[in-house]
Amino acid sequence: MSNAKMIQSDISSVLTRQEMAEIDHELEHIPYKSGAAIDALKIVQAGRGWVSDESLQAIAKYLDMSSEELEGVATFYNLIYRRPVGEKVILFCDSVSCWIGGCDSIKQTISDTLGVDYGETTDDNRYTLLPVPCLGACDRAPVMMVGDDLITHLDDNKISEIFSSNKSGVQS
Amino acid sequence: MEKVLTRNIEPGKAPTDMAAYEANGGYQGLRKAMLGMSPLECREVVSASNLRGRGGAGFPTGMKWSFVPMDDKCTPGHKYLVCNADEMEPGAFKDRLLMEYDPHQLIEGMILSAYCIGADLSYIFIRGEYVVAIERLREALDECYAKGYLGDNILGSGFKLDMYVHPSAGRYICGEETALINALEGKRANPRAKPPFPQVSGLWGRPTIVNNVETLCNIPHIIDRGADWFKSLGVGEDAGTKMFGVSGRVKTPGCWELPMGTPIREILENHAGGMQDGLQLKGFLPGGGSTDFLTQDHLDLAMDYNVIGKAGSRMGTGTMIILDDQTCPVGMVLNLIRFFAHESCGFCTPCRDGLPWTRQVLEDIEQGRGKTEDLDTLEYQINYIGAIGNTHCALAPGAMEPLQSALKYFREDFERHISGGCCPYHSGKGA
Ligand SMILES: Cc1cc2nc3c(=O)[nH]c(=O)nc-3n(C[C@H](O)[C@H](O)[C@H](O)COP(=O)(O)O)c2cc1C
Ligand code: SF4
Repeated sequence: MSNAKMIQSDISSVLTRQEMAEIDHELEHIPYKSGAAIDALKIVQAGRGWVSDESLQAIAKYLDMSSEELEGVATFYNLIYRRPVGEKVILFCDSVSCWIGGCDSIKQTISDTLGVDYGETTDDNRYTLLPVPCLGACDRAPVMMVGDDLITHLDDNKISEIFSSNKSGVQS
Repeated sequence: MEKVLTRNIEPGKAPTDMAAYEANGGYQGLRKAMLGMSPLECREVVSASNLRGRGGAGFPTGMKWSFVPMDDKCTPGHKYLVCNADEMEPGAFKDRLLMEYDPHQLIEGMILSAYCIGADLSYIFIRGEYVVAIERLREALDECYAKGYLGDNILGSGFKLDMYVHPSAGRYICGEETALINALEGKRANPRAKPPFPQVSGLWGRPTIVNNVETLCNIPHIIDRGADWFKSLGVGEDAGTKMFGVSGRVKTPGCWELPMGTPIREILENHAGGMQDGLQLKGFLPGGGSTDFLTQDHLDLAMDYNVIGKAGSRMGTGTMIILDDQTCPVGMVLNLIRFFAHESCGFCTPCRDGLPWTRQVLEDIEQGRGKTEDLDTLEYQINYIGAIGNTHCALAPGAMEPLQSALKYFREDFERHISGGCCPYHSGKGA
């Protein structure tokens, strides 16, 4: 059996047909396969929530890259998750205008409410809390994103409104 | 004042679709160019308009484009136009508004700009968190293909252009144009050495122009109404209007389109409503997190590139961050340095190792462990990390700008932290 054939079957046991079709679609306007590295990582993450070692290796093979090289790309970018995350990622803005608006104490309230610090996921797997560079909504500071939703003018009340029905059980 | 960039944007109003955009004069510039102007003629209008890049550096747009090889001077192959919609500068929030509420204005600007440089492929490189803008731009692109404003033979002119929305996977450094190009190529976003400049060898080694969202949004109006009209919009030295923003503890933070050269005081008092009750203005960063502080003494200056430059700072993005008298300047600078240290791409040592060192010194001072010698250490770091040429890109020198000016204007605050052994502001935000 040829090597190429073996590799092909490896890949297709990990990547879905849909994922491969989406990567191929990107490749239509990209002159080199490795050029779709970030797109491919995003495509796989969109369906699976994160990029596992297995996925990473399959993508690397699919794009004729070494997995080390792709790992270097994946870990560079903060919106590529190399560890499992909760159902929703909280991207908490701690840049300057939000800081002036008191985001440090709001971050504390979130941590107290959900029982997580940066980089951690709630026990019920609903939320992962991460810091993010300035979200570009400084006139409505402090702000954060929960999943795809931008939430502005944060204060303690708003935090408890958003998360109170969703407590992770780590209450103190 | 005549609204140009925001003429379709009203808070609370629905975003502009194709029908609404065209009903208000949209795609007139495109028609004018496709039906009767050569790329060179269009480029000459843009050069004559004195439009300067709105991404931060203020480089004249027409001149930037003039370095792109044209016609038989260019080897066969693609040329690229890239819109920089990465907007992650701390305190910058203008491009989001333009894209969310009037996506067609940006797209028309991009089609025209691509025509000027002979590009056949174009990308909107947009930060992944801008989910609403990404969706609206994609819808608008579909409308353009359906109308024949994109694709082959645009409006029968023979000009061909494809356009893609490319959501980024994060990191502030992607806003630097050569790092952005590496990100578009699927690589780690380390900046590239210049020369060669992207205009000659950019994406995939081909001629590439990277322009900011707001820069590109000006192009349809300049082509439609001419260079003299555009120049007449400014009230000072510079041409056109500008998206100016104010954040911090003012009464009504926001973003407004105003003439270039509008005095800072007018922006702060008439538009941002002045300081919140009980607070005084202590200083401000005029153009985002990597510009030098200015103070009360500079309020009557015009927001023009050279005027702000002569005062020791930069226009940057034109979005100001206000420091009030009850917020700790050391804490504010520490927040900024922490940001830049975190966002360093790690490629060169003065930035990768220097910024965390600066952060450490500032943390010590802010938390009451500072020593008098620390101020000398900060001066050393400013001179070394801040010097253009010691680092591979402008991130690290930009990071030093708020610090160096804070030491100049608010030195007493640093000294009080050191002599008192604690943060004198006690606002709870300093730690
Ligand atoms: C660290 C760094 C980050 C930058 N981020 C952005 C950005 O988010 N958006 C932007 O338009 N320009 C950004 N720039 C400036 C770009 O490199 C480039 O000058 C700009 O996109 C050119 O567009 P313009 O000529 O239309 O101003 C950044 C520069 C540096 C050094
Ligand atoms: S200055 Fe910083 S961001 Fe720029 S190349 Fe060097 S390490 Fe990277």
